[in-house]
Amino acid sequence: MAELSFVIPMSVMTLFWGVIGGVVPWFIPKGPNRGVIVTMLVLTAVCCYLFWLIAILAQLNPLFGPALKNDTIWYMYYHWP
Amino acid sequence: MDSFFRSEEMCLVQLFFQTESAHNCINELGHLGLVQFKDLNPGTVAFQRRFVKEVKKCEEMERILRFLKNEVVKSNIHIPADFTSERIHLPRDVLDLESSFDKLEKELKEINSNRDTLRQNFTQLMEINHLLQMTDDFFEEAESQLSISELPSEDSVYSSRMTSRRTSYTSTNGPLKLGFVAGVIKHERFPAFEKILWRLFHGNFVLRHAEIKPHEEENMAEDLEKKDVFVIFVQGDQVRGKIRKLCDGFHASMYPCPNNAYARKEMRTNANTRIEDLRLVLKRTEEFRATALNAAAADLQEWTTKVKKMKAIYYTLNLCNIDITQKLIVAEIWCPVSDLNSVHTALIKGSEQSGSSLSPVVNRIQTKQTPPTFNRVNSFTSGFQSIVDAYGVGNYQEINPAPYTMVTFPFLFAVMFGDCGHGLVMTLLALWLILHQEHFRKLKNELIDMLVGGRYIIFLMGLFSIYTGLIYNDCFSKSFNLFGSSWSVRPMFHPHGPWTNETLHDSGHLHLDPLVSGVYSGNPYPFGVDPIWNIASNKLSFLNSYKMKMSVIMGVAHMLFGVTLSLVNYIFFRNLKDIALQFIPEVIFMLSLFGYLIFLILYKWCVAIKSESAPSILLLFINMILFDYGSEGAVLYTTQKPVQIFLVVVAVLMVPWLLFAKTLLLYREHKQSKLVFGISNQEASDNRKEKVSMGDIFVYQGIHTIEYCLGCISNTASYLRLWALSLAHAELSEVLWKMVLQVALRVTSGMGSVLLAVTFAVFAVLTVTILLVMEGLSAFLHALRLHWVEFQNKFYKGSGYKFTPLSFDRMRDMQ
Repeated sequence: MAELSFVIPMSVMTLFWGVIGGVVPWFIPKGPNRGVIVTMLVLTAVCCYLFWLIAILAQLNPLFGPALKNDTIWYMYYHWP
Repeated sequence: MDSFFRSEEMCLVQLFFQTESAHNCINELGHLGLVQFKDLNPGTVAFQRRFVKEVKKCEEMERILRFLKNEVVKSNIHIPADFTSERIHLPRDVLDLESSFDKLEKELKEINSNRDTLRQNFTQLMEINHLLQMTDDFFEEAESQLSISELPSEDSVYSSRMTSRRTSYTSTNGPLKLGFVAGVIKHERFPAFEKILWRLFHGNFVLRHAEIKPHEEENMAEDLEKKDVFVIFVQGDQVRGKIRKLCDGFHASMYPCPNNAYARKEMRTNANTRIEDLRLVLKRTEEFRATALNAAAADLQEWTTKVKKMKAIYYTLNLCNIDITQKLIVAEIWCPVSDLNSVHTALIKGSEQSGSSLSPVVNRIQTKQTPPTFNRVNSFTSGFQSIVDAYGVGNYQEINPAPYTMVTFPFLFAVMFGDCGHGLVMTLLALWLILHQEHFRKLKNELIDMLVGGRYIIFLMGLFSIYTGLIYNDCFSKSFNLFGSSWSVRPMFHPHGPWTNETLHDSGHLHLDPLVSGVYSGNPYPFGVDPIWNIASNKLSFLNSYKMKMSVIMGVAHMLFGVTLSLVNYIFFRNLKDIALQFIPEVIFMLSLFGYLIFLILYKWCVAIKSESAPSILLLFINMILFDYGSEGAVLYTTQKPVQIFLVVVAVLMVPWLLFAKTLLLYREHKQSKLVFGISNQEASDNRKEKVSMGDIFVYQGIHTIEYCLGCISNTASYLRLWALSLAHAELSEVLWKMVLQVALRVTSGMGSVLLAVTFAVFAVLTVTILLVMEGLSAFLHALRLHWVEFQNKFYKGSGYKFTPLSFDRMRDMQ
């Protein structure tokens, strides 16, 4: 259950970039620019997905936590959930 | 569909057309803009070519047109833009245009010289006018002074007391022969003039001067210099000669000034009438000139394009061969295969226009020469193609990196720029450039032209920067908290965790410990970097580690992509040998070392480890290469040691494969071909040639191996600039916030609002100049370098030459 909050963003992003990179290219109309547009879509999907994936994996198992000032901690104790 | 991924297939075509229809045909081809003429007379010098006279004529006409344009611009007449695209013109137009240009030029020169002489006369008359006026004042003043003081050195002309001393510059009687010289001199030269007069005459003179103050109607002269009127009273005649020479030296103009008031008045009325006449004549001259220039200005643009076209056509004709019978012109052109039909139709149209009966012959020939590289671009792709070509134009039919650069270049820029607020500003700026591109093009400023040419690049860079900014969670150095942070403070306190209120009072900074349950929720922030890192004081420890690993992953992925493109090249050129000899060892080398590094990074991220026993990936990697497995606890997973040894051995084996395999194979091939042909007299020379080429190949292969293997390491490290620049950008952005805007936001008094407005202006200016312009240029440059060096040296040869067709549209755009 605690894993759900990780599975949801994972699947949403994978699905999103998978659609952009794998499904939308089939719907681009045939014309002189089709190859270029398809290349751009696929590359964008790959680059952006990879970038997001690195960001989320880097925070999955943190080895150390943030160091906060004591007044920040005081504020967060009362105002952050 | 292959058109943009590879340069187009070109063919060499021979054209035969008649001399009469040559002009029209080349005109049509120029409008089409798809053929490049080859030089069929490479040995001849420029002035030996056949049409050199016509080219000279065209250049002369261009000179006249430039002169006309200067005159038109000087008179502030507006030149209307030329919208008619003249498609038909004939060689006899050349003569017509030439004669009309000559006539125009002569006329204009005459008008100009007349006007200059008239102006000179006018200024002279005005000066005489002023002179007479001023000397009137002087003499009156002298007279009044003489009536007060009876100094004999002062001269007066109308003194009633000194009747015997009536002098003029013609009189020679009397003990004192005082005369005067009157003239006009430039204002700034006057002090030097006075000094030299003192030295010459040791003070035995009286000098009076006054500045000419121009009236309001005297605006006929364009640049009014400040001039002074002077009158010198001296003794003797010889000194007048000296003064004359002095005045000549100072370019002061002397005027004969009569010494009695009546003569002076008469002279003045004379001068005034002449001035009025001259004014009228000058006005008429100016009007005439204006009408002539207006008539010329209307056609100026059209003439310029016509002359340019003709010059280009003659230049092209110079490249062709003329047949012995003088009736046939032979030309060789490079042309894309897919456009042969349009070239043929254009030629037929051209020959029909000239009324010739025979249509030109198009004959495609086979050749071993390397054709030029032609990449068909539209306005969106031309910017990216030009930045690829700036490094080197690709070989004929080599794979074109431009379509991939269209995404990877803005993406790598964005990784280094990484701020969604700045990215938004950049996107809006690019949108403005795109929507108003015509308006910006008219300004004809070099910097703005560069910006307009790169408007789509800037647009994509801005869009990707917004995305990476959202992932870095950085917007003008502040973070968004959209989904709720994964870290919470409450579980750190008693009874759950080690903290109490006293711990808060005692220390300024406290670390959140992820091992205490509940502090870290177990699920990472779903989109990007957690917002708590923005307010943490050890933010850089986390971000540096994250960004460095991210740079290495991006770099290895980019380079693997480049090596894969080289595979595509080998397949296209049917170079299957090189696949086995070069591509496979390259890929295995890179994957076994750096692919494994990526695996280590991902493994350490995905698997939960105790922080005390977590080995550093860098140390693991170094120890792997050095085969150093001494220290305990230096393993991430159990079978690490054998796996690593295997990978390093494989990588080391790739080096001799890359180095020797190709050389040995080629050597064996040459040996076999020698055996097949048998022993002959040519063998001796062949042997030497072979030996030389063997050595060449060996050296080349050695260089390639060293470059690739060492390059793998250095290029991977080079990608760390992605981390470095994004760190610099984030820090600069934070400095601007902390030291500029936050200072104003903390002011509590009433004047704070005014201070805030001023500070925000400073903040905006600094953001645009430092963060957008300077950092933008810097990230642009580094992303470009990463593409040119680290990405392209895996597959791109880039030693072709560009296809430059004869195109009138391109000539007009470059104007």
